[in-house]
Amino acid sequence: MAAGVATWLPFARAAAVGWLPLAKKTMPKPPIDNSSKSDEILYVNVSGVRFQTWKNTLDRYPETLLGSSEKEFFYNEDTQEYFFDRDPEMFRHILNFYRTGKLHYPRNECIQAFDEELAFYGIVPEIIGDCCMEEYRDRKKENQERLAEDTEANEGMDAPLPPNSTSRERLWRAFENPHTSTMALVFYYVTGFFIAVSVIANVVETVPCRPHKGSAKELPCGEKYHLAFFCMDTACVLIFTFEYLMRLFAAPSRCKFMRSVMSVIDVVAIMPYYIGLVMPENEDVSGAFVTLRVFRVFRIFKFSRHSQGLRILGYTLKSCASELGFLLFSLTMAIIIFATVMFYAEKGTKGSTFTSIPASFWYTIVTMTTLGYGDMVPNTIAGKIFGSICSLSGVLVIALPVPVIVSNFSRIYHQNQRADKMRAQQKVRMARIRMAKKGTANAFLQYKEDRNIGDPDGDNSALCVKNRSAFEHQHNHLLHCLEKTTNHEFTNEMNYSELCMTESVGYRTSRSTSLSSHQGAQNNSTGCCPRRARRRAAMRLANSTVSVSRGSVQELDTLHLKTTSIPPQTRSSLNAQMCDMKLNCGDQDFTAAIISIPTPPANSPDESLPPSPAPILGILRNTRATAYTQDSVKISSL
Amino acid sequence: MGAVVGTLTMQTKQRRPSRDKTDDELEMTTVCYRPEGLAQLEAQTNFSKQELQILYRGFKNECPSGVVNEETFKHIYAQFFPHGDASMYAHYLFNAFDTTNNGSIKFKDFVMGLSILLRGTLREKLEWTFHLYDINKDGYINREEMTEIVRAIYDMMGKFTYPALKGDVPQQHVDAFFRKMDKNKDGVVTLEEFIIACQEDETMMSSMQLFENVM
Repeated sequence: MAAGVATWLPFARAAAVGWLPLAKKTMPKPPIDNSSKSDEILYVNVSGVRFQTWKNTLDRYPETLLGSSEKEFFYNEDTQEYFFDRDPEMFRHILNFYRTGKLHYPRNECIQAFDEELAFYGIVPEIIGDCCMEEYRDRKKENQERLAEDTEANEGMDAPLPPNSTSRERLWRAFENPHTSTMALVFYYVTGFFIAVSVIANVVETVPCRPHKGSAKELPCGEKYHLAFFCMDTACVLIFTFEYLMRLFAAPSRCKFMRSVMSVIDVVAIMPYYIGLVMPENEDVSGAFVTLRVFRVFRIFKFSRHSQGLRILGYTLKSCASELGFLLFSLTMAIIIFATVMFYAEKGTKGSTFTSIPASFWYTIVTMTTLGYGDMVPNTIAGKIFGSICSLSGVLVIALPVPVIVSNFSRIYHQNQRADKMRAQQKVRMARIRMAKKGTANAFLQYKEDRNIGDPDGDNSALCVKNRSAFEHQHNHLLHCLEKTTNHEFTNEMNYSELCMTESVGYRTSRSTSLSSHQGAQNNSTGCCPRRARRRAAMRLANSTVSVSRGSVQELDTLHLKTTSIPPQTRSSLNAQMCDMKLNCGDQDFTAAIISIPTPPANSPDESLPPSPAPILGILRNTRATAYTQDSVKISSL
Repeated sequence: MGAVVGTLTMQTKQRRPSRDKTDDELEMTTVCYRPEGLAQLEAQTNFSKQELQILYRGFKNECPSGVVNEETFKHIYAQFFPHGDASMYAHYLFNAFDTTNNGSIKFKDFVMGLSILLRGTLREKLEWTFHLYDINKDGYINREEMTEIVRAIYDMMGKFTYPALKGDVPQQHVDAFFRKMDKNKDGVVTLEEFIIACQEDETMMSSMQLFENVM
């Protein structure tokens, strides 16, 4: 619980006097408070720097080192102080946490050193205050990435494949990571070489060569050495086709592979050749065929498999698409405006090159980009005036968006990162809050159990009692008073539905704190749970603890899902299929689904709410049930 | 009551040249409430100096401005009673403590209330409880007020209770309460009826003593 709450506990307990007139039973005895009433000052010596604080301050967080009895290990009898051989600068922040309840991350400290100090003092990093949380997470992520890069560089991707991988998997791996085997590397370089050869051949075949003897016309080399170029082209296309087919075979998901950009480029690169093969030597069509050859230049994009930089550029452009679009749009607007103006300004002139507005587009573009070829020039005064305005504004229109695009790209990129980070942090926060809430709820029930066990046997109770702080005792006493006031007891969800069932059937099911799915029946107006027949299927949910990447652990507890209500805020795609069974049906199979725990926060809680009923993701077990009015699968995740 | 108001003034930059010599200063009114002196509080309450010191240190730590508002109150109670919804009860409790009815509890209110609850005479405690139940402070507890309070208390229990909350348990509770308290059966409970009925209740009297050593 938060520090502040401890301060208010005496107040809440005093206010419990207000319940007394309503209470049907006597209040339980309060726990004996053996601690001395007066507060004492503790001395903490951290590597020579002496700190002093009230004992109460440290007691606020009993689950940390300083708040618990663990600090007694560090007590120095001679000097009557607690001595820690740690960094005093860091300790200042730790102590401030006790004082104010907020942990701050000092920006000039090394993140690892800070983490180590927190671990030593038993403080969980998640409670870092909002003001410093982002910085902390950024630094931590940076650090981890750097470490990951280092280890990756050391071992490379040369981790050996699992021994029983198929040849297909090996092939795919060879394609994706050429460094893994020599064959892959050879293939990688060979394809690279042939891409280069193909591109150069495309370029060279248009260069004019010396004409044949006896002919005056200069021919491009492509036509002079027609056969040679054709052979070279064939060889390249054969290699590319072979490569494409191999990749297609090796790809784990063929559809996905065929949709990817690189494979589209591959196809476009080799298509013209095949089309050319099947195309008849027809005069009309061969004109179109020639233009197809231009697509061969796309082979140069195949280099992006070989070059990281090209890929990054492509990604940049893709992510900046909206900015580029805006630039294009504003340019188009300006072009149209100026072209129109210039056309009408130059309309009357004899021999004017501004024959139409579309013709003026060319002039506007050339002027605005400050190229100024000079093939079209205005002659009238008005034309010249508007022409100069056009060129001046061109400078602005072109030059301004470029830094904006650059900064927008940077901003959007970081914003995306931040949005994801915030979502992740938010989920972690909510999870921790829920966990803490559950913790306190469960703590009280545990206390009750211990007390019930401890009562008949005086010795055992002492043990259970010792492990709880005075605060916990008093808080539990307060909750106990509330129970007595209302004459009802606290339970948790599981026991509640269990007790519901036992009430009506008298069938005592064993308590399992692990994940189990109950089939309860619907609450109708006559009371808790009228049952017809039920069988309990103990479903072992994937009782996995998913560790979120930044160190917070979330446990799967029980997931509660009812047909009539919207599923609680559970993380991402937890679905359960409900079968609405009519009463008194014959044997019916129904499948209750267990959901696999999703990987760390990819979805926000909003997206994750599936409508009920929704199709199952994973099927765990078929259970037979004779009749149900409502199935409820209970899973709750933190 | 010493109310210290600290102000620092900032005026936004004016375009007019005559104001340009005033630099940017921040205009904020921060209001801190300081309680009366320790000796005075000691005289007015049943606490010792040391106890007041401990109480104030905790209070000031939580509320540096010196007052608690209702939101904070509800938040604190939500943490004490995580099973259910403590906001309504916290609201009524807040009103009971806020004797000056200005929407915030100062340290003096806080400590006076505590003094009555922990160190007060039996009659004082019962009066305090009566004021808690009397929502509209008209001197009578009628059924509606009592039902509100009882519902608020049951809300704190939450949904998962044993035995399960079937039917209108709060209403039954209220009926039982009125049967016990309302001597002349006129539908309202006055302060005197309340005190007499409570004094006759053995269970309650024995429970009362348990709360004396909370602090």
